[in-house]
Amino acid sequence: MNSSLDWMIPLMPEELVIVSALAALVLDLSVVRRKTVAVRAAVIGTMASLGCLAAMLWIACWHDYRTSEMLALTPLTQFLKMVLLALTLVVAVLSFGARFSRHVGEYFALLLLAAAGLMLLISSENLLVLFIALELLSVPLYVLTAFNKTSLPSAEAALKYFLFGSVAAAFTLFGISLLYGLTGKLQLGAIAEKLATQPVEPVCYAALVMTLAGFAFKVAVAPFHFWAPDVYQGAPAPIACFIASASKVASFFVLARIILVGFGPLHGSAVWEGFRAGWMPLLAVVAVLSMVVGNIAALVQTSVKRLLAYSAIAHGGYALLAFFGNSRQMLPALFFYVITYSLTVLGAFAVVAVVENSGSPDRLAGWAGLGRRAPLLSACMFVFMLSLAGIPPLSGFFGKFYLFTAAAAGAPHLGMLWLVIVAVAASAISLYYYLQVLKQIYTGDLPAGSAPFRPSHAALLPIALLAGLVIAFGCAPGWLLGKLSFVLNSSGFQF
Amino acid sequence: MPAWTIYISFLGAAALALLPPESRRAARIMALLTALAGLAAALGGAVQYERHAPSGALVDLVNLSWIADLGIRYHLAADGISITLVLLTGIAAVAGVLFSWNIEHRTREFFALYLALIGGVYGVFLSFDLFLLFVFYELAIIPKYFLIAFWGSTRREYGAMKLALYSLVGSAMVLIGLIAAYVVSGSRAFDLLELAKFPFAPAFQNWAFLLVFVGFAVLAGLWPFHTWAPTGHVAAPTAASMLLAGVVMKLGAYGALRVAMTLFPDGLRFWQNDIALLAVIGIVYGGSVALVQRDLKFVIGYSSVSHMGFVLLGLMTLTQIGLSGAVLQMFSHGIVAGLLFAVVGRMIYDRAHTRELSELQPMNLSVLAPFVAVTFVLAGAASMGLPGFSGFIAELQVLVGAWAVFPRLTLFAGVGILVGIAFMLRVWIKALFAENDAKPAAIQIEPVSIPERAGAFLLLGTTILIGLWPGLLLDLINPTLHSPLIQPLWKGGLP
Repeated sequence: MNSSLDWMIPLMPEELVIVSALAALVLDLSVVRRKTVAVRAAVIGTMASLGCLAAMLWIACWHDYRTSEMLALTPLTQFLKMVLLALTLVVAVLSFGARFSRHVGEYFALLLLAAAGLMLLISSENLLVLFIALELLSVPLYVLTAFNKTSLPSAEAALKYFLFGSVAAAFTLFGISLLYGLTGKLQLGAIAEKLATQPVEPVCYAALVMTLAGFAFKVAVAPFHFWAPDVYQGAPAPIACFIASASKVASFFVLARIILVGFGPLHGSAVWEGFRAGWMPLLAVVAVLSMVVGNIAALVQTSVKRLLAYSAIAHGGYALLAFFGNSRQMLPALFFYVITYSLTVLGAFAVVAVVENSGSPDRLAGWAGLGRRAPLLSACMFVFMLSLAGIPPLSGFFGKFYLFTAAAAGAPHLGMLWLVIVAVAASAISLYYYLQVLKQIYTGDLPAGSAPFRPSHAALLPIALLAGLVIAFGCAPGWLLGKLSFVLNSSGFQF
Repeated sequence: MPAWTIYISFLGAAALALLPPESRRAARIMALLTALAGLAAALGGAVQYERHAPSGALVDLVNLSWIADLGIRYHLAADGISITLVLLTGIAAVAGVLFSWNIEHRTREFFALYLALIGGVYGVFLSFDLFLLFVFYELAIIPKYFLIAFWGSTRREYGAMKLALYSLVGSAMVLIGLIAAYVVSGSRAFDLLELAKFPFAPAFQNWAFLLVFVGFAVLAGLWPFHTWAPTGHVAAPTAASMLLAGVVMKLGAYGALRVAMTLFPDGLRFWQNDIALLAVIGIVYGGSVALVQRDLKFVIGYSSVSHMGFVLLGLMTLTQIGLSGAVLQMFSHGIVAGLLFAVVGRMIYDRAHTRELSELQPMNLSVLAPFVAVTFVLAGAASMGLPGFSGFIAELQVLVGAWAVFPRLTLFAGVGILVGIAFMLRVWIKALFAENDAKPAAIQIEPVSIPERAGAFLLLGTTILIGLWPGLLLDLINPTLHSPLIQPLWKGGLP
């Protein structure tokens, strides 16, 4: 009992988030019961945002790092939690204006519970804790995806998400149980030690593939991506924001931990003409598939949300390149890329949400002439799209550049250059569809009878802020890189 | 001083973006002032360089650490070659503003994008850190796209997208080559001076050179990757096609010389003959296709391919006189092609509303608009390479240099010059002079405006000045060919 009380204080951020989730429910049932939806959304949304802010403040001020067999609180995990909370905060602020449901309390409570799941996921050392955190994240997300009860696509998306997700979770669990059977351990570090010493059995590879499949689903890389376009399109826009950004950051982190720590010894090789069994060739195939499928499918999309979904699949593929990087650069490159990507995609989806709220259909044609209807919003979308396309000096360019140099330096004699070539080529294709969106916004003809619409300040402020960050991290990546190297070094991550 | 050209242009672009949308006159004046200030900074830089720099040396302008983690520096420097091209950019920028004085549709955005493009171009010519160079190089892609897609004419969206994708594929090739060079050299620095010292293995150089050279040369209109050039030039608004032909094509040639040839001299020798062959094919092919075009702008577009062939041929001679001719030809073609596009796009098309030679002939422009006719004849004469114009000295040097190295190819290049004279004569006759002294068509055309006259005098004056006094530029270019960076190219072996 004593030991669990010891963890009460260090885990305060998670607790704050959970308490605000419960408070959101109570508040909705008591104080604001009889108010209109708009008022309830404002009150409860503010409270949820304050909960996130309080948790962020706590992390910023309280440096209590400790590790146990179950959980780890290191500078790295705490930094990533800050990022996740910030992303959740933006999602909460964006939800103020959403009018898709009367069940405001439940909505914010589920959002915060999912955020708590993310935070726990990042801290988990033990595979069982990890699985519990994964479920804590997934179940609220299934529900949130279906939250727009009047929309058929929303229900369809949730069903697909749930079916794919639960199968993936079952695979993960099966993988974990195989690992446990092989090594008798559930801690990642201990598993790696065992795997390094004992002879590699075929069933190790089975465990590897199964665990990987589960997380490949979470980060939406091909061929585990089928849910993504439907969910991004069908889910309420703020939830799509959340799935595309925060959930992705955490999942990539956990993927990196499992692969690099747990399965570290089973790396194999994906060097050109030198494939050896292990996770490297597996991930190389997944990365190539994602980049090719994502980019090519995105070329023909007419819905901006689906376009962003396929682009997300492609970006998942780029991010996987980090796993082939040299040991000094791989993790800074991965986190820099994933963090800046999630800022960008969050901004892009937020713009989509605002445009959707204004009544435009989710068609490329519906965006025609947006540049004249809402200049500031369009300017932000301009920044997000070009950053996703990897145009300097935006952060998307530097993120990709860093990833690619890291991957090219990952094997002697430029062995991994082939993967970099695929990635650069895929990235060149992608400019086409991002430009399609911008072309509609700026050169498309204004639909007849459309008035200029003024997005609310509550929505514009975070979007403009995100655009500013995307530019700032692109022009001066040094700060974020320095921060990442610092937290990585002080967390003693040894891969 | 030359570094100010970059800042002035970007500041001007930003200031223009902040103007109220309807203030067309203010936008024009501000753009003109910015371009003039850029030209003044370029001229000042040239004078300063001639006076104070030891002859031909590389002078550092700024050299700061930018992204320490990757050894990327903010390194701007200048030598005679960059100064020459910065001067060209300054002159072309001013002329472009003068010839776009009649833009009424979204004037503010037009000039903002225009100045952003100019700023990127200045940046490429002055960057000596390859990452920085690449950033400026890619930065120019987006303004190009929008300038064509918004304000262009014939099949503008097709032309714009084709140019953007060609540019991006070219820069993707460059990026792969740069990353490979960076990794092979030990991942320490992107600085050109550092990388140029590293002895890359010949086998590596063979493919890296080809990748980087062709990547850049796509933008220089190297046959068979030139097809963006005619469509892009034709689709672009006058100022943009002036810049495309005048400056952007030089970016490609400059990058090929500065990066590909300097970094990979062994690879250069390996491919020298093949690329010279492509260059000569470009000269003859561009000229021959220009000979049969019906659209006046296509004639000029293909003539650019032909004239850029001389630049590439000059580079491939690897003789002092050939290289000097190549750089001078970059300058000369920039001025002359800019002028030709101005005459065709602004002076003729905006008045006659057609560029079809068969429709222009009955109008008898030589009577209707004598100033236009005289300018066109002079510009055409400069384009033919008649003595007294800058093109004469440049092409003569290239041919003399090439004669020593590729005697047979040089014969064909000489034929290319004849073809160049032929298509220009044909265009003169068809566009300016009606058959059988027919009466001029009874159409009213607006008189030639003062900005047009000023622009025409500026460009004509420059080409005649350099034609009569080539020493002005050759004194900048030739000493630089003896600098430690360039000298190994034509003196054989490393110093």
